[in-house]
Amino acid sequence: MKQDVLRSVSRDPLLRVQNLVVEYAVGGKAIHAVSDVSLEVARGETLGLVGESGCGKSTLGRAVLQLRRAESGRVLFDGQDLTAMRGDALRKMRRRVQLIFQDPIASLNPRRRIGDIVAEPLVIAGVGDAGKREELVREVLSAVGLDPSLVMGRLPHEFSGGQCQRICIARALVLNPEFVICDEPVSALDVSIRAQILNLLEDMKARFGLTLLFIAHDLAVVKAVSDRVAVMYLGRLCEVGPAEQVFAHPAHPYTALLIEAIPVPDPDVRPAESVAVGEPPSPMSPPSGCRFRTRCPRADQRCSDEVPQLRELAPGQFAACHHPLIAAG
Amino acid sequence: MATLELGIDEGDVVRPAGRTRRLGPLFWAAVGWTVFILAAAALASLLPLPSPTDMDMLERRAPMSLEHWLGTDGLGRDELARLIYGARISLTVGLCAPVIGVAIGGALGMLAGYFRGRFESLVVGSMDVLLAFPPLILALAVTAFLGQSLLNLTCILGVLGIPAFMRVARAATLTLARREFVIAAQALGATHARILLRELLPNVFLPLLAFFLLGVAVTIVVEGALSFLGLGVPPPISSWGSMIGEGRESLEIAPRLAFIPAIAMFLTVLSFNLIGDTLRALTDPRQGAL
Amino acid sequence: MTEAALLSVEDVSVDLPTPRGNLRAVDHVDLTVGAGRTLGIVGESGCGKTMLSRAVLQLLPKKAKLSGRVMFDGQDLVRLDRERLRKLRGRSLAVVFQDPMTSLNPVLTIGTQLIETLQEHLELDGAAAKRRSTELLAAVGIPAPEQRLAQYPHQLSGGMRQRVAIAIALSCEPKLLIADEPTTALDVTIQAQILDLLAREQRRRHMAMIIITHDLGVVAGRTDEVAVMYAGRVVERAPTPLLFKNMHMPYTQALLAAIPRIDAAPHTPLPAISGRPPDPTRPLQGCSFAPRCRFAAGLCHREKPVLTAAESPGHQFACFHPILAPAPAGVSA
Repeated sequence: MKQDVLRSVSRDPLLRVQNLVVEYAVGGKAIHAVSDVSLEVARGETLGLVGESGCGKSTLGRAVLQLRRAESGRVLFDGQDLTAMRGDALRKMRRRVQLIFQDPIASLNPRRRIGDIVAEPLVIAGVGDAGKREELVREVLSAVGLDPSLVMGRLPHEFSGGQCQRICIARALVLNPEFVICDEPVSALDVSIRAQILNLLEDMKARFGLTLLFIAHDLAVVKAVSDRVAVMYLGRLCEVGPAEQVFAHPAHPYTALLIEAIPVPDPDVRPAESVAVGEPPSPMSPPSGCRFRTRCPRADQRCSDEVPQLRELAPGQFAACHHPLIAAG
Repeated sequence: MATLELGIDEGDVVRPAGRTRRLGPLFWAAVGWTVFILAAAALASLLPLPSPTDMDMLERRAPMSLEHWLGTDGLGRDELARLIYGARISLTVGLCAPVIGVAIGGALGMLAGYFRGRFESLVVGSMDVLLAFPPLILALAVTAFLGQSLLNLTCILGVLGIPAFMRVARAATLTLARREFVIAAQALGATHARILLRELLPNVFLPLLAFFLLGVAVTIVVEGALSFLGLGVPPPISSWGSMIGEGRESLEIAPRLAFIPAIAMFLTVLSFNLIGDTLRALTDPRQGAL
Repeated sequence: MTEAALLSVEDVSVDLPTPRGNLRAVDHVDLTVGAGRTLGIVGESGCGKTMLSRAVLQLLPKKAKLSGRVMFDGQDLVRLDRERLRKLRGRSLAVVFQDPMTSLNPVLTIGTQLIETLQEHLELDGAAAKRRSTELLAAVGIPAPEQRLAQYPHQLSGGMRQRVAIAIALSCEPKLLIADEPTTALDVTIQAQILDLLAREQRRRHMAMIIITHDLGVVAGRTDEVAVMYAGRVVERAPTPLLFKNMHMPYTQALLAAIPRIDAAPHTPLPAISGRPPDPTRPLQGCSFAPRCRFAAGLCHREKPVLTAAESPGHQFACFHPILAPAPAGVSA
């Protein structure tokens, strides 16, 4: 069973996604944004989810949080099925799982003060009284490197992108969650600020004992913070495995393509004439069989007829490919 | 390595200087007139004015004098008093009717824009039906059926304004509901009511307010038109519109009888428009300024 | 410099009046680009690189005040009259912007936009323009070019749209192409293709090119010279290999170090630059980078360093405490 095969993270996965399918309707047709995806995240680890635009990684993140209704499949958080929950039970669960977005400025209500914004989760969860809440807000704002007295009374537009992202992180952490999904948290930030925020996330993870699902399109960023990495293409998982291993010895041709395409800031590394062939197919009509076959130099008839399944090719490393770059070991 | 990157000193006040720049003399003149006319209308009974209904048949169409500052009208009534009492009516209808529109239309629009789906189609569809009726004819039909009264007039004008406010509220909500801060609130487990009231309403409020002021201006004109035709407020209540209508007969002898209420209406409508426009220009929350 | 530069930006400053005070977007910048050479301008948001490119193109906002000279092909663009400037733009001087969705007119077909440019500058007739457009689309790697002529921008993917934008830019054989963040909005696999395309076309046409980007990786293998901008000034300029191996300005080094590397192990802490860029409406008296620089000393806070020559030809930097040792291991291959 595929689920057993994935249990490389055997002990006690905090999050388990099983055969998740998320659709959206475009002009009468149903398109799979996430197509039968299964993965696990162990307690205390950071799983990086990487892929280009349209691969469904953000949709997956939202579906895990039940912000998008899944067509089928289950999401188990700490053993409890989130997909079956409604109303109050679901709201209670939300205290334990939080989300950080890509655009830090758009994530904050432009008409509310920072103090109110960061206290909002506490108010919704009914934690403490006003005094206690203020104390918690101050504490978490200091933890993310902002001076509470200078920040709490102001409005979001008075801050830069990096500062807004710190505020968003503070808001996500104020309830002391166990699991945080970071959806492209640094893509909208400048290079020098990016590094600050990544360091901050690592700090916070250690301090609060968090488990992270880190979604991004930038492989180097994902590698910097992840223990394991999952690569998505057009709604399907291509490869999953320990970060170091996957980047050093990618099994799936798409992973190799992504790694090769990264512009390296080293003038001696001549960028090879990219082997990237063609454009990603439209999600409206994905190719049959393996979705990557239209751009893959190794594709053959089998790739068009048969959908490849994730199989273990190296210890802990899985790829869904009929002709992987590393032989099954 | 949590570093403090805030470059704001205690002494700095991040005052949005752009705001003061745009409130030029024209804006303040508009505010001045609006305050003046609202105050005059509200305090009309306290002002030392002759009664607007006292007819003095010997002093008909009398020119401006110390006794009658703006003269008298065709039935010998003091023009200034009529003007100010007429302001009461025009402003009452002008302010109350849009309130109905913004309350009902705004609420429907926000709900439609937030919940989408079939509810939205229903709301938008009903508004389209309402809009399909020629407004003036509908107003006439209602007043003919239910009788001419201040209340009926206000209500029908209010109802006619609902689709426009619904549109504005829905458009504002549609753009906002996509934004990440709303999704963030959902991710926190906020109820729909909380999101609508705490997250969306503060952001939709200002565009609605700006539109409301423009709606006031439009309503004053529409009420004026109806009253001019004799189909608005019933006599003896008179508004600026009916004053203009009556002044029409005296155009050769005393044109001021038509022009004075017209000018008052013009200034009031212009002022509301200016204030509404300025508010609209100011309602964009700054996105990192420069 | 043996040959006269095609483009010479001389002591250009751009000021923008804003409600918060005067904003000095570009501060006394000097740059040159020779024919057939590629210059990379690197900097983060707010450093003035976009304003600089607008200054070269003379497309600044109305309220902006420009001082200095922009010599292009012997003419000072700042003094040039509107009509001659318009003829230059698109013909000899072309631009590719960041977001192809907004740089292409959404209500006109691709064909119309291409043909329009060709007819305007090269005065080709309809049939000749159509032929040339098809050739151009094929040259930029768009499959089935004849069909594409009749399509609208929204029917194409982001990468395709950017190729079309490049085709339009190249259509009149420009002498200089300015690419302002051409790949920032695109996926990384498409990014590589687009950059390859630009490099290829540049070699073929012996065109000068300026690539503006925030990504040091983009300029590393594809430019002859790099200029690093910070807070409106050029703080370091050098031939590309020299810049990466032997950078002098602490900002350049910090910028490079802050980029996560694909060959670094996971969870390696990134040497982040603390603080953030200065507010351009409140320029600092001394070096703009001083508050964030770990080498900053008294002089750095009082005086602005000017570009001075380093020991290697073509290498200039603006710093009182430059890093003089070659870059540490881990940067070079």
